This record gives sequence, structure tokens and C-alpha cells, in this order.
Amino acid sequence: MKNFSGNILFLDRSDINTDEIIPAKYLTAISKDALKPHLLEDIRLDGFDPQKDIKGKNVIITRTNFGCGSSREHAPWALEVNDIHLVIAKSFARIFRQNMFNNGMMAVGLPSHVIEDIFSMFKGKNTKLETDLDKNTFLLKTNGQEQEVPFSISEFDHALVAAGGWLEYADAKY
Amino acid sequence: MGKTIAEKIFDSHRVDNPADDILVLKLDAVFCHEITTPFAIDDLVSRGKDRVFDPAKIKAVIDHVSPAKDSNTATQGKIIREWAIHHKIHDFFDIGRNGVCHVIFPEKGFVRPGYTVIMGDSHTCTHGAFGAFAPGVGTTDLEVGILKGVCAFHYPRTIKVNITGKTPDGVFAKDIILSVIMRLGVNGATNKIIEFTGPVVDKMSMEARMTLCNMAVEAGGTCGICYPDMTTVDYLWEFIQDEYENKTAALESFKKIISDPDAIYDDVVEHDITRLAPQVTFGYRPDNVKPVKEMEGTTIDQVYIGSCTNGRIEDLRVAAKVLKGKKINDNVRAIVSPATQKIHHQSLKEGILEIFMDAGFCVTNPTCGACLGMSNGVLAKGEVCASTTNRNFNGRMGKGGMVHLMSPATAAATAIAGYITNSQLYTNERYTK
Ligand code: SF4
Repeated sequence: MKNFSGNILFLDRSDINTDEIIPAKYLTAISKDALKPHLLEDIRLDGFDPQKDIKGKNVIITRTNFGCGSSREHAPWALEVNDIHLVIAKSFARIFRQNMFNNGMMAVGLPSHVIEDIFSMFKGKNTKLETDLDKNTFLLKTNGQEQEVPFSISEFDHALVAAGGWLEYADAKY
Repeated sequence: MGKTIAEKIFDSHRVDNPADDILVLKLDAVFCHEITTPFAIDDLVSRGKDRVFDPAKIKAVIDHVSPAKDSNTATQGKIIREWAIHHKIHDFFDIGRNGVCHVIFPEKGFVRPGYTVIMGDSHTCTHGAFGAFAPGVGTTDLEVGILKGVCAFHYPRTIKVNITGKTPDGVFAKDIILSVIMRLGVNGATNKIIEFTGPVVDKMSMEARMTLCNMAVEAGGTCGICYPDMTTVDYLWEFIQDEYENKTAALESFKKIISDPDAIYDDVVEHDITRLAPQVTFGYRPDNVKPVKEMEGTTIDQVYIGSCTNGRIEDLRVAAKVLKGKKINDNVRAIVSPATQKIHHQSLKEGILEIFMDAGFCVTNPTCGACLGMSNGVLAKGEVCASTTNRNFNGRMGKGGMVHLMSPATAAATAIAGYITNSQLYTNERYTK
């Protein structure tokens, strides 16, 4: 099972599309590792420097409709090779969300007001997140502040995470 | 309780029900192209599972970068080509016989009403025009589809968009779908299927229905879907004539999957197009849509006519009608990519390509080409393109470039003027000069 805990990267925007996550010109890459330096290279986000800001981060928290646009699984792979296995948002584009779980990673939707609270409490601070998959909770921690956030994913999503992805799951079952 | 067309397709293809509202469906067709499939092939090989569930149900094409532009794209082509040969995938289309996936596969009759179809490409939704459930998927779903012939989906929820009214002159399926996306928003249909119905859709050709369904994903939709009718039967007849006694029998059989009158929808949107003018996008989201008149005068550097949205013969005919006897503006470069070899050939025979060339267009071979900024026709920073494609995302056609989406008629008129403008096909006085 993959690691779903670590430092948070806040992307304070909605509708971040897969072209921004990994530009089409890198779709000719022959290995997943080749995607590593190009994650979020073309994102439109003031003050964000992909070279500096991604390093050491393991969890993305963002707003609505993350991963819209092209179906490219290169988007979750670009996250994966950068050790980011969990994205939390108000909502996701369907294909992106499915691609995450299909790779044994997680795209977790939280209610609007919870995301708003997280942004106002933690954005701009060095924040760590710990995931408890048995209790279905996230624990966010920064200097002196702590917040526990419950989440829910379907039993099918849990099964995909436990299996390590859809191929492993389907191959065992069908 | 009645069922929608998508619910009926789900019910008839169900293999498993691993969680509450998740169904694993049997697939009737798995489509492949050279950008997303090689990763799936490599992964299957590395796992020692280099098999396909049914070579006759897998169709493959090299279309995104064709001809190959560098060694990476040549390698992608080589991987899918050798795989197709190795697994006896006879419906494999290489350069000289190829075309944009969502145009060539319907043209070959590979999509039928009631089918389940997946492809590692978000615009797979195009095939819903035939009354098929055709969602785009990622590489892992594609991989499992290739290996096992199944895919998992949430039980479908549907938004019905009922298109009514009289279609104004100069207004095309592209203008209609842009106006629908503006209304629904870029995630207005997320996790939902968009059912396109109503008298306007009933009168549309299959080509126009494909343009409509093609952009369902731009509103977040899982796919678009239209009801099969006599237009569908006529289009498919050359491929299905051995299976049915006559066209009426085919129609009767297809009609069984049409939504029941008491089917339950998440939402029903009444969309009257009587007063719709030609539409164009601004900014970087496909729901940033305005009437062309409001963008009139925006200067452009490049015009692109092609893609799975608007590179079909009907589209080229309309553009040629606008271009006939005219020259494009000196400050504009214009590219047309007929979407398949067949369309290329047909437009040559009909004299359409001559009109394009006389006007000053560059005619390319069938390919996705400029649509996704990774092949030819890439924009430089700060350049603006008037395009008949489906995505205006930042950097889509080249880093720092701006894309305005529009119909082929508007794109042709814009090429002549050098700035965004309505075509002479559009006659409403409120909007033309
Ligand atoms: S024409 Fe454009 S949108 Fe269509 S399949 Fe090709 S790259 Fe994708």
C-alpha cells in the first residue's frame, strides 16, 4: 500500500486541468520517471514555483474540479513519481479521480466548508497530514495547531487502494 | 420505473457489482491510439500479461503525431504497431490509412447503438452519437479493458438536454454545444451522462451529433449520448445490412434501448436555440463562451480547421463554402487537417481542397495535428489561434498561446478577415455588420 501522509502542497485554485499538471509535450515520455521534473510546470498560479514548491511535499490540497480536461494518466503518474499519492479537493474530474484509485492512490473529496476551513487555517504554513485508513480520518498538524478531518470513500475505492490498483484487483477477480 | 438509455446499456452489460453503486461492465469495443496505449502495453509486458481479451474487439490507430516527429513519437508508433501485429488486431490503421480516432472508428462502422466502448482518450464521448455508452478512461482502465474486456463505472446518472427551436442560418452543432457548455459550466455534468434529445438533434446528421457529443466532456460529462434513429441506421447500413432484414428491422431493434418516457433524470435542461448566434470562446475555459459579435475584431495569427470535433467532411464543406473565391488575410497562416484518409480523399474529389489551397491554406495529412500542441502547428508565446477544436486550455496549442474555439464557418470567415468575425452564412441583422 502507498504512503498517504506527509507535507501538504496547497494549490489555491479551481479547475486545474491535466494540461497544467503535465503538459501534452511530455506525453511522448517513454517512462514515468521522465515526467518527474515537469509536474505542474504550466500551472497558472501566482507566486507558485514548481521547481521549489513541490519538493518534499506528499499531499495536495486544492479547490474544485481538479484534474479536468484530458484523460492522460500521466497526470497521476507525474504525482506518483514525485511521491504525491493523495489529492484532497472539493471535487474532481471523473477520469482523473478514477485514474488515481486505479493506481492505488487516493483522490478524496471533502465538503466545501471543510476545504475552506483548511485553507484559512493552514495555507501558507508548513503543515503535515497523517492519513488513518482504518478510521477514515486525516490529521492536519502545524505549529501548535491540529485538526482532525473525517472523510469517506467507497468500499470499492478502499479495495483498489488495498490491492494496489485496478489491474491487480481485476486480474485477481475477473 | 422507467430507465434511461444509459441505464439500459448498463443493465445489459453488467458483469459484477463490487460496491453499492459501482458496476463492472462487459465491453463491446476497446479503442487504442499511440499516445496512451504504449504505457498500457509496456506495463502488461512487464507483468508477464501481454494478452488481449479479444483481438476482434480491439481497434487501434496512430493519429496524434502522424507522421512521427521525433524518436520518442516514432517509438510510441512502433510499440503499438508491433503489438497490433503480434496480437492479430486486424483493425489497425497506420499512416496512409489512418485518421483521428474519433472520426475514423465511426467511419469504419465500429460503433453501434447499445455498445459499451472505452478508449484512453477523453473525447471518446464522441461515439455516444450512435447511442453507445462511450466514456474516455485512463491508461489503467484501458489496460484492464485490453486484458479482460471489462471496466468499472458508477451507476449512471443523466442530465437530459432537450434542444428545441429553429436553427438560425450560420449556426452549427459547434455553436450549439458551446452554448450548452456555457450553460452547464465546466463541471456541471461531472460524473453524469448528457443525453441530447429534441427536434434539433433529431434533424441533425451523424456528423453533427458527433460534434455535439464530442464536447460533453468539456462540461465534465462522462459521455454524451443521442438516441439511435433512421439517421443512425442509414449511416451504419453498409456495415449492418447482413444482420437485419431491412432498415426498419434495424431501427426497431435499436429503438429498444431508447430512454423510457418515465425515466428519472438528475436534471432536464430545455435549450431553445431559435435566438442563438454563432459562438466563440474567450479565456482558458471551454465554458467562457460569447457570441462571435462580442469578440468581433480580435486579431489572430493562425486558423486551424480539423480535429475530432470539426474535421469531418461536412465541416470542410461548410468552411469551403465560406472560403470559395476568397483569400485569407496576409497576416494569417491557416491550416486544414481533414480528419481521415477517406475525408481527405473525398474533399480532394469534391474540389474542396482546391478551394482551401486557393485561399492560402496549408493542407496537412489526417492527424490530430495542431489540436494538442505536440505535433505540428504549435503556437509561439503570445500568438492567437482561431480553432475548430475542443479545448482552449492555457498552453493547449503551445506554451503562452491563446485558442478561441469556434465553428468551421466562423473559423473560415476569421481567416479571411484576419480577426474574429461572423461568416456570411450568418444573416441575422442583430449580429452581422
Ligand atoms: S483531435 Fe484533438 S481532441 Fe481529438 S483526439 Fe486528437 S488530440 Fe484529442
